[in-house]
Amino acid sequence: MSEYLVDIKNERLSFFTPAGEVKALNDVSIHLNQGEVLGIVGESGSGKSVTAYSLMGLTAHPGKLIGGTIEFNGHQIHEMSEQEFRKIRGNEVSIIFQDPMTSLNPVFTIGNQIEEVILLHTDKDKKQAHERAVELLTLVGINEPEKRLKQYPHELSGGMRQRVMIAIALACEPKLLIADEPTTALDVTIQAQILELMMELKDKLGMAIIMITHDLGIVASMCEKIAVMYGGRIIEYGTTDEIFYEPKHEYTKGLLKSIPRLDAEEHERLVPIEGTPIDLLNPPKGCPFAPRCESCMKICLREMPPVTTFGDIHYTQCWMNQKAQMEGGATNE
Amino acid sequence: MLKYIVKRIGLAIVTIWAVATLTYFLINMVPGGPFLSEKAVSPQALAALEAKYGLDKPLWEQYVTYMTDALHGDFGDSLKQRGRTVTSIIATKFPVSAKLGGTAVIVSLLVGVPLGCAAAMNRGKALDNIISVVATCGIAVPSFVICTVLMYFLGVHLNLLPTFGLTSWKHYIMPVISLAFYPTAYIMRLMRSSMLDVLGQDYMRTARAKGLSQKVSIFKHALRNAILPVVTYVGPMLAYTLTGSFVVEKIFTIPGLGGEFIGSITTRDYTVIMGTTIFLAALMVVMNVVVDIVYKIIDPRIKLK
Ligand SMILES: Nc1ncnc2c1ncn2[C@@H]1O[C@H](COP(=O)(O)OP(=O)(O)OP(=O)(O)O)[C@@H](O)[C@H]1O
Ligand code: SF4
Ligand SMILES: [Mg+2]
Repeated sequence: MSEYLVDIKNERLSFFTPAGEVKALNDVSIHLNQGEVLGIVGESGSGKSVTAYSLMGLTAHPGKLIGGTIEFNGHQIHEMSEQEFRKIRGNEVSIIFQDPMTSLNPVFTIGNQIEEVILLHTDKDKKQAHERAVELLTLVGINEPEKRLKQYPHELSGGMRQRVMIAIALACEPKLLIADEPTTALDVTIQAQILELMMELKDKLGMAIIMITHDLGIVASMCEKIAVMYGGRIIEYGTTDEIFYEPKHEYTKGLLKSIPRLDAEEHERLVPIEGTPIDLLNPPKGCPFAPRCESCMKICLREMPPVTTFGDIHYTQCWMNQKAQMEGGATNE
Repeated sequence: MLKYIVKRIGLAIVTIWAVATLTYFLINMVPGGPFLSEKAVSPQALAALEAKYGLDKPLWEQYVTYMTDALHGDFGDSLKQRGRTVTSIIATKFPVSAKLGGTAVIVSLLVGVPLGCAAAMNRGKALDNIISVVATCGIAVPSFVICTVLMYFLGVHLNLLPTFGLTSWKHYIMPVISLAFYPTAYIMRLMRSSMLDVLGQDYMRTARAKGLSQKVSIFKHALRNAILPVVTYVGPMLAYTLTGSFVVEKIFTIPGLGGEFIGSITTRDYTVIMGTTIFLAALMVVMNVVVDIVYKIIDPRIKLK
């Protein structure tokens, strides 16, 4: 059993579409301790959501895990059945989605939708579940919880609905909360409130968080570790300081360059780096970033770059770094 | 809510009045009349008959008289069925059609909704394809063909089921199948497409992420959203089906309102045409209100206005 709360090793996942095999995840490895916050950044289609969903067994059809192991909280996720997944979803691991406007069912009351998950995973009866729902709404900063529980989603604002989603996610005190771009659909002022609330709750409840986002500002202020994804791979992984102050991969450097200032106050969006993302149906033989990389070498096109490590956890997949380290190592000796 | 009720009643009165007026003048515009087809009617007898039913008066006067009487609940006597009032004809024939039609609607819901859901949940697989083919056939094949085929095989050839009348539950089987065929197919298609739409919604992903089983996800979270288009369709469809189908009633010799309605048109029984038309219009209006209310119950976002 792994010492980590989350331990993903060499995960490979493909979507078997009529057009062919879309290699969405290639050798993705992630580990996360209890109570830690990991940020996953990367452009659209890089595999952030797919990574997170696979951890809950929520991989959409026709996706299939084809390699690697996933451990979570003592469960061997990669060999779990749908029935076993149902016991941990919403219980040990919860998720908040991007759009709170559409993530709640319009025809049931807020109370019904919160109590549902409590009734499902605990022995609480209806009355106790209701009390717990009131408690949860208070926890996520919603006034007049009794009244809100009787309302329908359309009667609540976007920020309020995302708070409800958080309440649902936290109902059974999960060990891990996955937030898939939880604030993208919200106003800037509301965004800050929701993130603040999440951090506050994390400190209070001690759960780990995987924060998926496009927003580097969020990552800098919230996360302890960052995984940078590109073309279905984690091309750089490290502590927030390492990623921000000693970025190794050209893509990461490009991302950071596109932020004017490293102020946590400024929530700057990633400016896309020039060029188009790779085609996961026909991935290149070598480095996926090669077509867009200014330092591309011949070997980059021929062979997949190996993992180069720096320090405890910091690593990247890039030939230039591999070369520098080998040369550095050679001159040192 | 009060505003809604007032508005709805107002609208209902206007609708029924408009339908009645239009029908009244249309049937009178068509050449011929109720007593012209009978051969040996002397001019004197014709004049006497027309005078008896007020047909000799100017059309406007007839119209005003009819409407005034109708407002008082008097829809007149049948011009062709001696001694019977329109009200009594509807009162005896409607229950026959309604029982048959009601059964057919229930059957079409019980079959169409689950099969439509099953097709959506097995999208692209064999079951879905089979259901789609059946649904397309059901929509394309006219009811007289179904009636005839059923009648021939089950009734005449195999001699399993009675072919006319409505005296036992066995008599209901063939007419109900014939009546339910089209709506079942239509509901199946509606249900399939709306279910597919709902299954792709974000809240269904939320339901899964909560750890709910597929059964609960479908029955609780999906069905209630997906059923809405079916409700919209079933309202007016119910009004039509309850008032009977001419074809089915003719083929299976069932004394229902559907046959009466078409019969009255061919015999120019003006009062019966008017009575049955107004009845259908009123039923339609009521069904639309029922749909509105059911909609509101199912989907809290809907405002009755
Ligand atoms: N249902 C699916 N069928 C086929 N391919 C899919 C499916 N879902 C995801 N993919 C593939 O997996 C890749 C990664 O998708 P993913 O949703 O993880 O991207 P993401 O990094 O979360 O992007 P975004 O920022 O847009 O949410 C996509 O490029 C897509 O090609
Ligand atoms: S491996 Fe080569 S192409 Fe890829 S990022 Fe490094 S230098 Fe650029
Ligand atoms: Mg995503």
